[in-house]
Amino acid sequence: MFSFTLRRALSALLVLFAISIAVFLIFFATPGVDPAARIAGRSASPATLAHVRAAFGLNRPIFIRYLLMMDHLFIKRDLTSYVNVGLKVVPQVLKAAPITLALVSGAAVIWLTVGIFGGIVAAANRGKFIDPLVMFIGIAAVSVPAYWLGEVVNLITQSRLHSSVFSWVPSGGYVSLTQNPFEWALHLLFPWLTLAALYAGIYARVLRAELVNAMNEDYVRTARAKGLSERRILIRHALRCSLISIVSLFGLDFGALIGGAALLTEVVFGLPGVGMLTYTALQNLDLPVIMACVLYGSFFVVLANAVVDVLYAFLDPRVRVA
Amino acid sequence: MGALLVLIFVALICLCAPLYASDWAHVNAFSSNINGRFFIDGHWRSLLQANTQGLGLGVSPVGPTWHLNNYFLGADSQGRDVFARLLYGGRDSLLIGTASALICVLLATISGLAAGYFGGVIDWIVSRLLDITWAFPVYLLAISLSVILVTSGFSVGPVHIQAGSLLLPIIIIALIYVPYVARPLRGIVMTLKEREFIQAAIGSGASDWRILRKEILPNVAPSIIVFFPLMVAFNMLTESALSFLGVGVQPPNASWGTIINDGLNLLYSRPWVAMAPGLMIVITAGALNLLGDGFRDAFDPKAKLRGSI
Repeated sequence: MFSFTLRRALSALLVLFAISIAVFLIFFATPGVDPAARIAGRSASPATLAHVRAAFGLNRPIFIRYLLMMDHLFIKRDLTSYVNVGLKVVPQVLKAAPITLALVSGAAVIWLTVGIFGGIVAAANRGKFIDPLVMFIGIAAVSVPAYWLGEVVNLITQSRLHSSVFSWVPSGGYVSLTQNPFEWALHLLFPWLTLAALYAGIYARVLRAELVNAMNEDYVRTARAKGLSERRILIRHALRCSLISIVSLFGLDFGALIGGAALLTEVVFGLPGVGMLTYTALQNLDLPVIMACVLYGSFFVVLANAVVDVLYAFLDPRVRVA
Repeated sequence: MGALLVLIFVALICLCAPLYASDWAHVNAFSSNINGRFFIDGHWRSLLQANTQGLGLGVSPVGPTWHLNNYFLGADSQGRDVFARLLYGGRDSLLIGTASALICVLLATISGLAAGYFGGVIDWIVSRLLDITWAFPVYLLAISLSVILVTSGFSVGPVHIQAGSLLLPIIIIALIYVPYVARPLRGIVMTLKEREFIQAAIGSGASDWRILRKEILPNVAPSIIVFFPLMVAFNMLTESALSFLGVGVQPPNASWGTIINDGLNLLYSRPWVAMAPGLMIVITAGALNLLGDGFRDAFDPKAKLRGSI
């Protein structure tokens, strides 16, 4: 187990290194416009351009440029925005990260609960009314743009019904957990539900398929032969094996959400997370901020994936050898 | 079958966009028309009407008239006919979705087949490239590429793509999803390679090119057909997200994503501007996903593809 964890950590580091090079090449070596002009923003003065050239060593060899970028981002952490002059980028990202994390993890709790429950119910009632319903919700979930669903939710809760049924729904924004836990949950409730709605359907569908497969396995026949009840077989025997694929799916989705997919939900609900930061930076092409968001975002994604893989190996010993 | 009909219908009405705009509604879907007027109930009325509620400041565009030839879904904040833009936007959304899925599946087939069949160094290089793209958060990769390319264009040697060209989102979206198709294809090819009929072909002295073309490709074709509609749906959703963020389709072009973005400020006064393109996306992507599921049941019951958007 220990050697597996070590190997996984090493490969995560390698991937992070590769991603940082890719980001560097995208931002500094794409042919077209002078990178200094891009970083300094649309209407930068010659003095600012000269400053950018010096700060990022744009007239020096390419690997020194790479090291300088990493230095600004991770060691000195003094990357500043040239659009909002003097604004330090890295503290901004670190301040926004917990909000994104709160959004995604809260939603994850909801979609795992609903998804797993839905999958079990669908598998137990195979062929009955509930089964095609779960199928349908699963298809709908992969076809709806997340940000648009958020707007629909906003329209329902904030428009005409806001004066009656939904008067308790705050109009976007964020209150920190330490400041007021109740308001915190209230502000995050609909963002959570919106995100979870998309994933719960998919998870229910995947789990249903896994459970149906598992019910045809030999060990289920053995359990039946022992005289166990159908319910006990489903929950204690089949579910345990089927959950493994849900865990690996969850790792990918959780990482993807933190690394950008939740961006759109944050924008729609006005949550000042990393996604919102990226969005505002995109609006005025504030490149240093985008660069930092992308690199820190991928950091979280790779970390989440690595943690899930280790968890997976803990659940399923067969993985450790491969 | 129903899914296919829905798709054909959506594609047809979107293809008729110029016909609708010029011959039926007589509007220009792309130039702003702030001082424009339109004829309804025997009166000429302005497209942008002064607000009467609240402080009475600013203007609101006219809402849906539900007359097909007369601002069916109303106007947007620039006084442009939303329905005409919806049809034009559909053309771009469908074009980007289909073209990028074609490029993506083509690249994935080439790299998957090469890596799976030849193995060795080729496999190592291709697999590592795919691994890195796979580990890179999809949206962040698309956003970084788009923000660099879409605003300033791309030119290397003889290749020159203008900023704002539809080719940029097509290529970017195609590239980021290559691993999603190439990795499973590589696995399929690797198992195929161990089968007797391939060994027989090698033994009978067939060239690599002939084996790939005549023996392997026909056997992976069902999987490719299954992937295709799913990738179109996937890519369309990604395009709409990028356009919504302002780094996809650039004005004056429109796509369903940019129209939703246009409608964001009008969400509470004129909800249809944002709702209609979203509904179109849901209908089209839903039909594509159903089609993909149908293909999978028909061709390739064991295939597995899943992603998250």
